[in-house]
Amino acid sequence: MSMRSRFYALAGQALEDDPRVALVSAEIGTGELPAHPRHFNVGIREQLMIGVAAGLALEGMRPVAHSYTPFLVERPYEQVKLDLGHQDLGAVLVSTGASYDAARAGRTHQAPEDVAIVAALPGWTIHVPGHPDELERVFRRALGTDDRVYIRMSEEENAARVDGDGIVVLRRGEQVAPFVLAIGPTLSETLAATADLDVTVAYTATPRPFDVEGLRGAFGSGRDIVLVEPYLAGTSTAEVAAALIDRPTRILSLGVPLGEFRHYGKPAEHRAAHGLDARGIRASIERFLALNDP
Amino acid sequence: MATITSLGYDDLPELLTRLTGDEKHDWSSLSTLDVLWVLHDRVLGPDDRFLLSKGHGPAAFYAVLAAKGLIPADALEGFGSFSSILGYHPDRTLVPAAGIGSGSLGHGLPIAVGAALTGRRVYSLVGDAELDEGSNWEAVQYAGRIGLGSLNVVVIDNRSSTYHWPGGVEKRFTLEGWSAVRCDGRDHDAIEHAFAAATGERPHVVVADVERKR
Repeated sequence: MSMRSRFYALAGQALEDDPRVALVSAEIGTGELPAHPRHFNVGIREQLMIGVAAGLALEGMRPVAHSYTPFLVERPYEQVKLDLGHQDLGAVLVSTGASYDAARAGRTHQAPEDVAIVAALPGWTIHVPGHPDELERVFRRALGTDDRVYIRMSEEENAARVDGDGIVVLRRGEQVAPFVLAIGPTLSETLAATADLDVTVAYTATPRPFDVEGLRGAFGSGRDIVLVEPYLAGTSTAEVAAALIDRPTRILSLGVPLGEFRHYGKPAEHRAAHGLDARGIRASIERFLALNDP
Repeated sequence: MATITSLGYDDLPELLTRLTGDEKHDWSSLSTLDVLWVLHDRVLGPDDRFLLSKGHGPAAFYAVLAAKGLIPADALEGFGSFSSILGYHPDRTLVPAAGIGSGSLGHGLPIAVGAALTGRRVYSLVGDAELDEGSNWEAVQYAGRIGLGSLNVVVIDNRSSTYHWPGGVEKRFTLEGWSAVRCDGRDHDAIEHAFAAATGERPHVVVADVERKR
């Protein structure tokens, strides 16, 4: 079951189980989500979708808003900023589409910059699950709070879920080995890319708030860190640099490059074109490490 | 919403003078003054929610809140200063009685729709030029189509929208299924009656006619 299918099942169950939960949609997913007195499909009106979520939160509800990534956080960005953030109201925003799931649909349906722009607003927790089980864990937890939570689903997923919160070390290299931090669904490709390298590989599905202590505790005494993010390259670079401000480090930031990428095709083709498949990640790491040896 | 009157309508000029330090201004020209007073003095019940969407020029709003004891009158003197709770646009985290923080136009009405969906009776005040913002029409269309009878909106119509046309406000609301009443925005009884015309079966808009802004 994909993350999206899992979310639809979870959302329907949450409507049954918790009278505080309300679902706000804007046509996307309405065929899969259940009809329910607290499921409000506002039509193709994304500004209203966020405004309605805020109004529900104002009345003590726990709103969950869902749409395709660009229509959930980009089109109604000022509503996300003001109706939720400035009003100090909570909501769970759950997007589908990620950076290039809709490769065939083109740029209008792609939003690799979503995490960067949500992270530019204060008070948001951002989850980028790499597996449907991780999605379920963070979604259930989000429903139990009044926080502002953005959950970014993807059709890409890792071979297995990772348990644990924050930064989790999955493979330990030598003490001074390069440190590779994979976020969300980049993990399987990252593990494949580094299988025969002396590197430490760590993982997180929660880039915000960034797990500063987790990184500092896991980093070892090396100098090199590679950040692999499934969205805009460099989105978490400042967080990594700030976390390690007292250590001499070099950072390689991998992700979707900034630019108008005018191609259609398949997600795997986009992943490869952006250097986020195992081959591309490996090549980038090798070039980066070679810079160590003048 | 508290309805205990500590000061009256005639006290508003003094409160506004405390707010601005301007002793010569004709405060009766404030476009929202009479509607805000009637809402807080006669219309809003203890379980109702009021959301000021037109956050520009909140002087009248602050004066009414002070008159009703919802903000301390002493706060008026610091209007707009660094440590004041009263800014040129309200912030609900500083002034809970403000309902929402506003300033950027076109946000209050969509939020009011969300609150009204819970069954709460909600009132929101917007300006006729604020209705230029498309986000309002997303809310007007949706509320009309689902017959959101707990939602009430008052439009302060001083014809400040560049593309205003006579009767356009209520025509567009009624086209989307709202009940609508235009009234003299300075006549307190007329304003009260216009709100009372709401049936609860569909959303209701009061178009409060006030003099053109100069």
